[in-house]
Amino acid sequence: MALSQDEIFAKVQEALIDALGVDDDEVTTDATLVGDLGAESIDFLDIVFKLEKAFDITIPREELSPEDVLTNTQYVQDGKVTAEGLVELKTRMPWADLSEFEKNPRVENFGNLLTVGDLCNYVEAKLGA
Amino acid sequence: MRWFWVDRFTEFVSGSHAHGIKNVSLDEEVVDEYSPGFPMLPPTLVLEGIAQLGGILVSEHFEFKKRCVLAKVGKAVYHHFARPGDQLYYQVKMDSVHETGATVSATSSIGNTLHAEIELMFAFLEEGRFTEGPLFGPGDLEAMLRLMNFFHVAVDASGNPVPVYDCL
Repeated sequence: MALSQDEIFAKVQEALIDALGVDDDEVTTDATLVGDLGAESIDFLDIVFKLEKAFDITIPREELSPEDVLTNTQYVQDGKVTAEGLVELKTRMPWADLSEFEKNPRVENFGNLLTVGDLCNYVEAKLGA
Repeated sequence: MRWFWVDRFTEFVSGSHAHGIKNVSLDEEVVDEYSPGFPMLPPTLVLEGIAQLGGILVSEHFEFKKRCVLAKVGKAVYHHFARPGDQLYYQVKMDSVHETGATVSATSSIGNTLHAEIELMFAFLEEGRFTEGPLFGPGDLEAMLRLMNFFHVAVDASGNPVPVYDCL
């Protein structure tokens, strides 16, 4: 039986509490992983392991972290993601809300983009695939 | 510097699990000095011993070609002190493995008593990260594995002895 959005959120929340040592009331849908929850780069690997286990899915590295786009000169100019790059990111990450990032699409801003809600959307997309 | 926190591998199945023992001796300076008047093996060194077993379990899975480092301690619960004369029996199980890292879960027991529960995450250093080249000098890791009886017990999933890999 498919998981409801609430059930997905509860499991994502549990994974983040475990991986980041944060309290459950901090893990809200609009909390950003890096800015609000203090995730560091190594934590993303931990989060991936925990989500894979919790949902019995496989998460390829490039799906949550499109580094190849952000380091590709075809998609980045003067430290900013180009219009073509934004299209590529949206294609790659349809589950992520990129509207804030689009306002100032500097590469360094990308790191603080993902929210808890984005992760839930990602998992929901994976489970529905 | 000596940094052997496992005395001996007792069981090793590639990609699955690694078991080993650590004897706690009053002869070890750290046992005597960590908590003067109350000799014990520091809990962090229990964790280090389990990390050595786990790190080798993960590294062997990739034929020792990746630069594997302990990246995160997910859980470390100690139920008792490890005192001189105790023999700690470590059991480490591979939980998940990726191209970028791996997780293991482990227990330490003293006789029939659960001593500690540990969960660890390992990551692989990308080339040029922190340091260039291999993490061990030529032959050093192989020597350590031989000292710990690794090749006496290590088998692959089919029960065949694991080879002495070229890059050791």
